[in-house]
Amino acid sequence: MIISNPIRLPFWQIKTLQSLLHLTAVAWVGYVFYLALSGQILGDPVQYLIDFTGLGAINLLFMSLAISPSARIFKFSQIMILRRPLGVYAAVYGLLHFAVFVAFELQFEMALVFSEVIDRPYITVGFSALVILSVLLISSLNRVKRALGRRWQQIHNWVYVAAPLVLLHFIWSLKTLDLASWLYIMSFVVLIIFRIKNIQKIIKK
Amino acid sequence: MLIKTPSSSASSENQVTEEAVFNSRRSLLKQIGFIGAGALLSKTTNAGPFDWFKSESKEMFSRSALSFTKSPSDAQIQTPEVQALNYNNFFEFGTSKSDPATHAQSFKVDPWTIVIDGLVEKPIELGYEDLFTMFDLQERIYRLRCVEAWSMVIPWIGFSLSGLINKAKPLSSAKYVAFETLYDPEQMRGQRSRFVGGGVDYPYVEGLRLDEAMHPLTTLSVGMYGKTLSPQNGAPIRLVMPWKYGFKSIKSLVKIKLVDKMPPTSWNRLAPDEYGFYANVNPNVSHPRWSQARERRIVGSGLLAQDRIDTKLFNGYDEVAELYRGMDLAKFY
Repeated sequence: MIISNPIRLPFWQIKTLQSLLHLTAVAWVGYVFYLALSGQILGDPVQYLIDFTGLGAINLLFMSLAISPSARIFKFSQIMILRRPLGVYAAVYGLLHFAVFVAFELQFEMALVFSEVIDRPYITVGFSALVILSVLLISSLNRVKRALGRRWQQIHNWVYVAAPLVLLHFIWSLKTLDLASWLYIMSFVVLIIFRIKNIQKIIKK
Repeated sequence: MLIKTPSSSASSENQVTEEAVFNSRRSLLKQIGFIGAGALLSKTTNAGPFDWFKSESKEMFSRSALSFTKSPSDAQIQTPEVQALNYNNFFEFGTSKSDPATHAQSFKVDPWTIVIDGLVEKPIELGYEDLFTMFDLQERIYRLRCVEAWSMVIPWIGFSLSGLINKAKPLSSAKYVAFETLYDPEQMRGQRSRFVGGGVDYPYVEGLRLDEAMHPLTTLSVGMYGKTLSPQNGAPIRLVMPWKYGFKSIKSLVKIKLVDKMPPTSWNRLAPDEYGFYANVNPNVSHPRWSQARERRIVGSGLLAQDRIDTKLFNGYDEVAELYRGMDLAKFY
């Protein structure tokens, strides 16, 4: 599994990659919200935004989890600088997902927001994951990170709780399992396999 | 002969404009899907990784204008046609809301055969033309409430199912009516693969009690918005049950069979604790995973045009309440 030659890109290339990530994550969701607000989404814009932000959050979270195994396997340590932005955008997309649900699906009926979060198991699960991701988001600020010191890693190990919750939330929300949901389940299993030692260590502690 | 085939010069203004807008939006969405394919983000616009290659040159299904009696004016705000055409649950063409519009455009509806048989004196077989000529067509503007807690208001064109059943002369032993959608895996990609079709056992089947089927509101629809149905909406003929959740309104019918026992229904078979045989719209009985108390009415294409309203018992069609007198609606959901 270990590739002998480390991959090294010129600094500007890896920086460009990082900038592209920022640009894509922001511009894409901005564009989709623009389409929805201006009535250019065929069908139901609310459902479209919920799906887009929700799936976006899962994709970004899974990509962030794929970074460190990839860096190890391909000896490509430079891509580690992409891990934080991927995680940050995963949390931001998750928050947007919840915001769309509250603002456009439930249209700020706060009583219903509370009862849905409590009574609907798949929403409870999704909301728990969002709470974890929000904590991780806040603790990703440089100042907070420094203040946390060694505890930062402990806190960020909670991603191993958040990721399966996110997946469960998505699967549970569907009427039936379709091809996409199976692909997500498989990707999750692969991600876990590549991090199994890491996870065992955390559990032993 | 009620189907008009207008020449291109006779096309009405709205017909032309809408399809152009429709197509340009379609390509726009396709582009979004293209960017996202690598990131697996494309679920809502593309179901499979190579779909955009295939659908590039696909022609839209062509719908013909119908003659019908206009509905007496209705105060309800109707759902824009483009939304009713592009936001569909029709798992035979894929599980995402945009799949039916994407993958059903080459669906063949003519020739078509629909059979009415079972416990009847005179079984009937109808061909494509008969669907439009056998009965006078009426416009019926009905609310459609999906079990997923969204709703639309749609101007259907069709006739009462009771007229057709009466023609077949039901025997006194007939107590229920069983319906069946076309089974054609070659045309319906969801029937070819369990992954695409969401694990439903095809053909899709539905059922009604005979008294429900004979109710004047119960409609067989052959058109909407002035034209014949599009495939994603269940062409060429579908059931419309305005007081029941949308999944009861079975699409692309090939079989109506009168029977003496309660027939199986597809969603009930798949998840019996979530979807019952009756599936009457009822704000007091929650779906196990979400509330049915309120609904989002889709009445405009802008994000802010949404309208959240209380869901009404029997979707507001109180005249059907007598059919269920004395029944525990929480038990018979």
